[in-house]
Amino acid sequence: ILPKGSTHQTNMLLMSVWSCFFGQDEEDGTETGEGDEWMQGKTLIKPLDQLDLTEAELKEEFTRILTANNPHAPQNIVRYSFKERSYKPISSVDQLAVHFVLEGNLLHQDSDEARRQRAKQGLPEGRLPGLLELLFDQICCFLQEQTFETAVAEKPETPAGKKEQKITNQFNFSERASQTLNNPLRERGCQTEPPPRANFSATANQWEIYDVYLEVLQKQEKNKEKAKAVPKKDDDKGKKKMMLVETQSDDITKVAKVAKIIERMVNQNTFDDIAQDFKYFEDASDEYREQEGTLLPLWKFQYDKAKRLSVTALCWNESYKDLFAVGLGSYDFTKQGRGMLVFYSLKNSTFPEYIYPTTSGILCLDIHKHLPYLVAVGFYDGCVAVYNLKEETLQPIYKSTAKSGKHTDPVWQVKWQKDDMDNNHNFFSVSSDGRVVSWTLVKNELVFTDIIKLSLEGAVSEGPEGVQLPIMACGTSFDFHKQIDYLFLVGTEEGKIHKCSKAYSSQFLETYNAHNMAVDAVKWNHFHTKVFISCSSDWTVKIWDHTIKTPMFTFDLNASVGDVAWSPYSSTVFAAVTTDGKVHTFDLSINKYEAICQQPVVAKKKTKLTHIEFNPVYPIIIVGDDRGYVTSLKLSPNLRKKPKEKKGQELPKGPEVEIAKMEKLLILSRTKKIKTDYKS
Amino acid sequence: MSAEVEETLKRIQTHKGVIGTIVVNAEGIPIRTTLDNSTTVQYAGLLHQLTMKARSTVRDLDPQNDLTFLRIRSKKHEIMVAPDKEYLLIVIQNPSE
Repeated sequence: ILPKGSTHQTNMLLMSVWSCFFGQDEEDGTETGEGDEWMQGKTLIKPLDQLDLTEAELKEEFTRILTANNPHAPQNIVRYSFKERSYKPISSVDQLAVHFVLEGNLLHQDSDEARRQRAKQGLPEGRLPGLLELLFDQICCFLQEQTFETAVAEKPETPAGKKEQKITNQFNFSERASQTLNNPLRERGCQTEPPPRANFSATANQWEIYDVYLEVLQKQEKNKEKAKAVPKKDDDKGKKKMMLVETQSDDITKVAKVAKIIERMVNQNTFDDIAQDFKYFEDASDEYREQEGTLLPLWKFQYDKAKRLSVTALCWNESYKDLFAVGLGSYDFTKQGRGMLVFYSLKNSTFPEYIYPTTSGILCLDIHKHLPYLVAVGFYDGCVAVYNLKEETLQPIYKSTAKSGKHTDPVWQVKWQKDDMDNNHNFFSVSSDGRVVSWTLVKNELVFTDIIKLSLEGAVSEGPEGVQLPIMACGTSFDFHKQIDYLFLVGTEEGKIHKCSKAYSSQFLETYNAHNMAVDAVKWNHFHTKVFISCSSDWTVKIWDHTIKTPMFTFDLNASVGDVAWSPYSSTVFAAVTTDGKVHTFDLSINKYEAICQQPVVAKKKTKLTHIEFNPVYPIIIVGDDRGYVTSLKLSPNLRKKPKEKKGQELPKGPEVEIAKMEKLLILSRTKKIKTDYKS
Repeated sequence: MSAEVEETLKRIQTHKGVIGTIVVNAEGIPIRTTLDNSTTVQYAGLLHQLTMKARSTVRDLDPQNDLTFLRIRSKKHEIMVAPDKEYLLIVIQNPSE
């Protein structure tokens, strides 16, 4: 309450107040006594320069107010005001009085300075460095600086390895950055459908180049042909249509050729041993058998659908040495039905190459010598037909009809002839109706010409109205001479053989009383021009010289002889088949009286052999029987003997040898005959 | 035509000793087979390549020549391959059966 300035005066006042107060109470001797004691302690000494105040003045109350005003603050600050152009006193004056200022060293942890310090010390955010740590850091820094200075000469790399710390301004460093607005990125794409891709790879070999050249050549040729055939527009259109159809056809047809090859290979594997025998086997035991030979059975050919038919004709193909034709029909008069023409190849014995079913049984066939695809066939019903193997159809390309002069009786033999003067193919046929007919293939039809009518000599029958008609002989076989074109032989059912000429239609050149029964086969010798052989159901085989009316040789085979054939490699070898299932092979140069081989070739005894044919090239024969089977057999070496050469002389080759061989025999036999005739 | 070919293939399949037949087209894809799928695919792929190689060899030696067939005889059986312009016929046979 006492203001500062008035210390002494007030103290005196106070004292006086106190004394007044205590002075009044003299009664309270004890209390005052204490006070007195206190008071006696301190006796007031009046200073000399103290004011003397009256009591009234002493009782005056002076009020003192405490305010917050700074007594030292100036109260009359004036400032110049440019507006009024005079000095104006300021109303409010700052009353603050600063007594003491002390700056502290605490930082907020999120302030810039704190962050800077933290960064400098390398401490993670949020962790405040302790005092000890700070000290430690300081020491480290100091030491680092020291080491840095000393080591700078030695290891210049180490400073690079150290963390390059950003040297910041200690005092007032602040990082400043600004970022512009980043536009959001957007990807836009477009995809088209990829073009179709295919892998292509090829090699450029010599043969591929060759193929391409060939193709180009063919195209050129085609273009040339088209240029020529421009007027034939219709044909082209037709062809185009054909082409389209072909490309749409089943894929599997293109495998045909390959399938055939594979089938043959498979068969070759299965019948491997037979194939090896066919090619290489020669019976070594023939050396020990002087005059005998054997037949080795090879493949057996059969066709399911031909089981009930008997083989009525066999023929080898001259151009394709492994292909042969089999005609199937029936010899039985009562069992006449359908027939079949079947072609087999030695390369495939399980299935025929070509099959042609026919309405009537086939009795004979012949393959053209130069055109291996033309086959002439004679039927039981008297028709003749010509098949073209190249054609896809199963029908013959030519067939004779009643109008076109077909035979009225079964046709027993057909044979191709040389082309006539107009270059038309032609063939002959002989039949039981006694006619030998020549058929010519003219464009689309068969033109027939009666060559000769076989009439029974002397026999004349009474026809209607008293006209005398000659009775016809029934021709059962014929054969044409190999060299002399017009000469041919005809065998008849009566057992006679007539030598005829194409030029003479009514007369025979010669007649031989050959057999007692029908002449089944008559064949000229391949080498010797005068010799022919005939066989018959009267169990005999006879060899003739056509200039002599009586046979040179006669062989009795104990059974009806179905067929006989000369061998193509020797003039003295021939083979015959009989109905008891045996094949008789003769070689006249070795044995004139007996067969050098008599061998049954079919399993069951009841099977009759009907035909036999020698292969023109290979040493095999095929034999047909009445069950529809064809068996192939290989001739052993003894059956194929060539004439032995005399020491020092060259072995003569060629047909002349064969002819000479035969001639020798004939001379022998002729002399014998003359002797016997002379004797008798 | 196709009936004949079908018949021929059938005959081959039923022939003695034949284990299987495969017909492969020009791209090496089997179009007909009598064996199971995995075996077929294997045979087709491998033999196709071999046949191409063989054919290339034959023709390289003489461009006018061409491969007719290929036989591979092994201990167990024989593989016969007959190539065509567009197709390949494979037959596996056991010849000694």
